[in-house]
Amino acid sequence: MATRTARRRNEATTIDHAPISSEDPDTLRQYLRQMALIRRFEERAAQGYTQARIGGYCHLNLGEEATVVGTMAALHPTDYLFTNYREHGYAIAKGIDPGRVMAELYGRTTGTSKGWGGSMHMFDTEARLLGGYGIVGGQLPLATGAALAVTYRGGDEVVLCQMGDGTTNIGAFHESLNLAVLWNLPIVFLVVNNDLGMGTTVDRSSAEPELFKRASAYRMHGERVDGADVLAVHAATARLVERARTESRPALLEAVSKRLKGHSVVDPARYRSADDVAAARDADPLVRFRAALAAARVFDEAELDTVVAEGRAAADDAVAFAAKSPHPDVATLFDHTYATPVASVARRLPADPIF
Amino acid sequence: MPVLSYREALRSTLREELIRDDNVFLIGEEIGVFEGSYKITEGLLGEFGDKRVRDTPISEEGFVGAAIGAAMLGLRPVVELMTINFSLIAIDQIVNHAAKIYGMFGGQTSVPMVIRMPGGGGQQLGATHSQNIELYYAFVPGLKVVAPSTPADAKALLRTAIRDDDPVLFLENLALYNVKGEVPEDLPTAEIGRAAVTRPGTDITLIGYSRMAAVALDAAEKLAAEGVSAEVVDLRSLRPLDRETLVRSVRRTGCAVVAEDDWLTYGIGAEVAASISEGAFDHLDAPVRRVAAAEVPLPYAKSLEDAALPSVDSVLTAARETLHAVGRR
Ligand SMILES: Cc1ncc(C[n+]2csc(CCOP(=O)(O)OP(=O)(O)O)c2C)c(N)n1
Ligand SMILES: [Mg+2]
Repeated sequence: MATRTARRRNEATTIDHAPISSEDPDTLRQYLRQMALIRRFEERAAQGYTQARIGGYCHLNLGEEATVVGTMAALHPTDYLFTNYREHGYAIAKGIDPGRVMAELYGRTTGTSKGWGGSMHMFDTEARLLGGYGIVGGQLPLATGAALAVTYRGGDEVVLCQMGDGTTNIGAFHESLNLAVLWNLPIVFLVVNNDLGMGTTVDRSSAEPELFKRASAYRMHGERVDGADVLAVHAATARLVERARTESRPALLEAVSKRLKGHSVVDPARYRSADDVAAARDADPLVRFRAALAAARVFDEAELDTVVAEGRAAADDAVAFAAKSPHPDVATLFDHTYATPVASVARRLPADPIF
Repeated sequence: MPVLSYREALRSTLREELIRDDNVFLIGEEIGVFEGSYKITEGLLGEFGDKRVRDTPISEEGFVGAAIGAAMLGLRPVVELMTINFSLIAIDQIVNHAAKIYGMFGGQTSVPMVIRMPGGGGQQLGATHSQNIELYYAFVPGLKVVAPSTPADAKALLRTAIRDDDPVLFLENLALYNVKGEVPEDLPTAEIGRAAVTRPGTDITLIGYSRMAAVALDAAEKLAAEGVSAEVVDLRSLRPLDRETLVRSVRRTGCAVVAEDDWLTYGIGAEVAASISEGAFDHLDAPVRRVAAAEVPLPYAKSLEDAALPSVDSVLTAARETLHAVGRR
């Protein structure tokens, strides 16, 4: 263990990006607004859960806002996204109305999946979010196949497939990387390394704890970026996505970013040391980005306040929209079992007789 | 009328569907250069090229999942799994994704794909390579599971499955690949979710699917020589299950034997028997009798394997005992 930890496994190699003052102010404003929106959205989701308006499992993007916003900003609207179950922020940043995302959490008909999916299973054909998936690693073969379909049709879309650090230990990860290289697929695998599965650290779960290196076993390009730096994340993602688009070659990007809270809303995360929690707070990407914008004098404090307030208000609007949306009618229970109508299908409620 | 083997019926259907629709492609281990473990895809790589006939590494989870993802974008993959035994490596993708994606996302995307795989024992392949675990899939809403027993049905059901917008598990059988049968040029369209009465009769209903549907017909032939009129129902579709056809038959005959290659406890036959008891209780003159594989990991030695698997004789024994119990012999 000593030798492995000595490798400073989670130190991010910050990718060079242009100085903040040379970025387009509207873009910077949009990043800050979205990060503030996602931060507030997740806080409201946690609140909705304690108020029993949201059920099931509920995993938040708190602490990962820079990775979420930076990666999504690097995609074209026509690019496809597959994620795991920690996907509220990705859904919003991919262009889905936050109200529909919150409505899905509330289990309402206006939700992204009409209330059939919940927190872990957002989907939107138009935004090309092709699903949040609750089975760890399950989204990787699907995303790989979507990239295969793109090449089959000669399209120029790229597939981005998000996952956590713990996911790099499951077979589907390895099978998918192998297939993506063999078949020259335009896909970027995004590993969000928050150093934790649920409570198991990368060191205790991954024999190669420098996760981006796992790509090299498949002769795939892999690199690591500071996931708390939205500009660095954007620059790295944009480079790899465009490489995938123009050269039809896969890549793996590891974004190192701390999880601010528990694995899910019900996890008090007692297994984390005080130091680790303090480090996560110090690395808060939203605080950091706002401070960088202030230091570079891109916006004054009043302007920054306004942008953050806009983001927070959009999250609050989402809650209001969800709360007034209708619950699904029980009469629709059998609407989504099969896409092609089929004979002999049993439409019975638990106490109904078959005959 | 043309006579084809079950294998040739499958191969010609794949070929016709590849010609008909550019979105159809075949994907699986050893289906291209090697032409398929059981040669169902013989000649297809040469004719259609490696875009349409895609060899994969030994990654059942990976390529079954990739086929699902491709189907979500509107392609129509036809996956070959060497045998149903290896589907266990892919069961997560089949059960958690192929079956769920349409419903779990509120009906936004369908998964138009077929997974072909042979089951069946009797080839001395030992315990891990001889299983009949179609029940695992027939249990799951969102999947469609079909199991043809004749070359004509193999063709008609494969065609329907490929054109269907849902994931269809297409169960083949090692023991049937060389079986020959008439396949009319103007083959009627097969419907998923419909059983077929393959032989009309009045004294007893024999029910089977895949190999055991063929065995049930043999048994009916032998019973006819003994003066017994047996009706045979071929399930053809394991999900949805056509309970109406089963029950209609048993309401007339008053007794039934259901024959299956899988294990008895919790097996397909258990569902069939339960459905009959619910739908034809007042018409039953005897309990529904089940003929199924012995509940052991299937042994290699021929004598043991033969003893463990159901045969024409086991169907005949169960049928004669049932007929005796109802006083029809
Ligand atoms: C196949 C599978 N095994 C276990 C679980 C339970 N589980 C849910 S999330 C999780 C941890 C995943 O960690 P990571 O990939 O790092 O993602 P993170 O939650 O940190 O974003 C586990 C074990 C699961 N959902 N699927
Ligand atoms: Mg993690």
